[in-house]
Amino acid sequence: MKGVNIFKNLLKRFGSVLGLLILCISFSILSPYFLTARNWSMIFQQVSVLAIIALGELLVILTAGIDLSVGSLLALSMVVMAKAEVEYGVNPFLALLIGILVGLGFGLSNGLLYTKLHLPHPFISTLGMMMIAGGLALVLTKGYPIPGLSPTVRFLGTGQLGPIPMPLVCIIVCYLAFHIFLTQTVLGRKIYAIGGNREAAKLSGINVSRVLILVYCIAGFTFALGGIILAGRVNSAFPLAGKGYELDAIAAVIIGGASFFGGKGSVGGTLIGVLIIGVLRNGLNLLNVSPFAQMSIMGAVIIIAVYVDVLRRRAS
Amino acid sequence: MDLVEMQGISKFFPGVVALNKVNFDLRKSELHALIGENGAGKSTLVKILAGVYKKDKGKIIIEGKEREFAGPQNAYEIGISVVPQELELEPYMNIAENVFLGRDFSRRVFLKDWSRMLAETKSLLKKVGLAVDPTILCEELSVAQQKMVSIAKALSYNPRILVLDEPTAALAQKEIKRFFSILKELKKSGTSIIYISHRIEEIKEIADRATVLRDGKKITTVDVSKTNIQEIVRLMVGRELKDVFPKRERVSAPKEILRVSNLLGDKFKNISFSLQEGEILGVAGLIGAGRSETAKGLFGDIKTKGGEIWLKGKRIRIRSPRDAISHKIGYVPEDREMEGIVPTTNLKENISLAFLDDLSKFGFINKKKENEIVKKVIKLLRIRAPSPEVNITTLSGGNRQKAILARWIAKDCEILILDEPTIGIDVGAKTEIYKIMNELVEKGVGITMISSELPEILGMSDRILTMHEGEITQEIERKDASEERVIEGMVGIK
Repeated sequence: MKGVNIFKNLLKRFGSVLGLLILCISFSILSPYFLTARNWSMIFQQVSVLAIIALGELLVILTAGIDLSVGSLLALSMVVMAKAEVEYGVNPFLALLIGILVGLGFGLSNGLLYTKLHLPHPFISTLGMMMIAGGLALVLTKGYPIPGLSPTVRFLGTGQLGPIPMPLVCIIVCYLAFHIFLTQTVLGRKIYAIGGNREAAKLSGINVSRVLILVYCIAGFTFALGGIILAGRVNSAFPLAGKGYELDAIAAVIIGGASFFGGKGSVGGTLIGVLIIGVLRNGLNLLNVSPFAQMSIMGAVIIIAVYVDVLRRRAS
Repeated sequence: MDLVEMQGISKFFPGVVALNKVNFDLRKSELHALIGENGAGKSTLVKILAGVYKKDKGKIIIEGKEREFAGPQNAYEIGISVVPQELELEPYMNIAENVFLGRDFSRRVFLKDWSRMLAETKSLLKKVGLAVDPTILCEELSVAQQKMVSIAKALSYNPRILVLDEPTAALAQKEIKRFFSILKELKKSGTSIIYISHRIEEIKEIADRATVLRDGKKITTVDVSKTNIQEIVRLMVGRELKDVFPKRERVSAPKEILRVSNLLGDKFKNISFSLQEGEILGVAGLIGAGRSETAKGLFGDIKTKGGEIWLKGKRIRIRSPRDAISHKIGYVPEDREMEGIVPTTNLKENISLAFLDDLSKFGFINKKKENEIVKKVIKLLRIRAPSPEVNITTLSGGNRQKAILARWIAKDCEILILDEPTIGIDVGAKTEIYKIMNELVEKGVGITMISSELPEILGMSDRILTMHEGEITQEIERKDASEERVIEGMVGIK
């Protein structure tokens, strides 16, 4: 009984970090491969796309919004980029830029649709955009993958900086940048304020629409970046590449302690959320658990993680 | 025999003794006021009686029998009905559905007995003096009407004990009068009422006895007819309050800082007035008179359709709160929780919200400067908080209100629009807000203060505007101001 209480207290205090630790300890006991450097390098590469796009989703969720267009924007950006390079022979740097611009542009549309058309909730605007962008990706490719990307375009997905694989470099750079952005800048503070109380933010002179549009733009940027990394890793762009990513990204952010009601959440927490998903998938694969069963386990983890967070908040 | 006797009730929350061996008794057909500053333990005591909280120590005896409460449902059965301070109606349900929420009369499975629900709701509404159709959606009702529906809902349980928590906070003077006559009727028919309020004048008017709580302890129970107001206030705050409204001398010669002419909007028209430096301009009116809308129109939060705004002789245009703030106009909204504070963050960030852009150094927040300014205004406004880093929701209503004022003071605003600046805060904190307002006008700030409390309007204003149905009806100088004249203006006499 006492043991249970101690465990509860630990959970309350450390929440998702503790969850991650428990997962790691369990898997390292169950599988001798789990704690090897090679496996961890693999984990980071596997979660790299999710890690990047979760940052965009985090920003949106901090403003009490949601972005469902993650997977579609990821796929569309990568497809447009690949098509530009492979089919039209565009300079690889320019192709990368085009990919990023697609993400930014569609993110901008998400923001404009929500703030200027006064659609009731970003669920609607981004749901629409998810289907529009997803459909466009299919139309552009007629449903076929586009292989044969140049090493320059693939660099972010497969290159190395010294001994460190580029996806990991991207994660480190982006997470540091977002952390600083959210905690140290005026704009970051405004994002939290809008999520915490939009009306109060507006009455305090914050241009809410402009901040929201920017948030959806940045989110679009991260989705495109995720697409570029993924294209590099698999050496092709395919229209259904983003399938399921929207829910993974939302799950990672929520497991990481962000509140659906906005105003609460952190970059550090999101990283933990991403790693919990990554470690769980990796560990279950090592233990030969079928992907079908993995899905159910993942669902349970989301519910448990959020419940722990509820407990934690109730305690404080 | 007393109807209710609570003996030695104690309640502990983590780190706080909310109630410390409190005794309380309630007689039949009595209106017993429960008074005390915020955090005194009034609501906790009532929630224990209503079965919302479990007591940690003590006994509850109802009609001579000791009772344990398992939950609110149980309390209803015993005959206690609570009207909470906050409005808890479902906006998209109609009045009848709200009144009988969770207790639909079923004739058959899934089928409600509509005619009976409507008939009973109608008679309940009549009881509370509300002449509206019970099939209207609650979102269409005014705040005051919603309050009345909540009371009708509480009455639908035929309670022996009715608990009212700050029932008049949302009511205008006229509605309060009618509300009091309803309470007197209820008393006559045998209902006992526990009445929680900050408004001492009201207690004097309607209560039979009053129990004063302070810091979780019972101070005393007094017979209201034999006690004067000053004495009750003194008991409540535990210190002598010479006057709730601190004295102030009018400063220097008037110098116009703001002039509004013919401001027009959906809910107001022909709004023309001027505001002087170092002046408090009171705006009185009933709920729905368009005062808050005018304030929001002036501040750029809702669209205006015409009119001119002049700042120190220069015409300005205000299209958004951002524009207004850039002209050093600040606005403290009436609804502190919904429009004022950001509940997810701490005191410091709530204060710095309005001047974030001034703290920007290439987009980064100059945290050193932020801390300095925040510390300065916290000290200046005497905000009581363990540290600037504590979450704003851990502070009392009075301190939250000061935090919102601090936002504008840190921004060096020259014009402040305060909408019900002391709503729902206790007498001690009220006086402090008044003192702060006086300090501000001494520095030359012009304050427009919307208030539904006549004593506040009369006690604080240098000049008073009254509004009725979206128009200014009277302008009254301080020396000519009287309760009668202000009320005349509020009901539309020009």
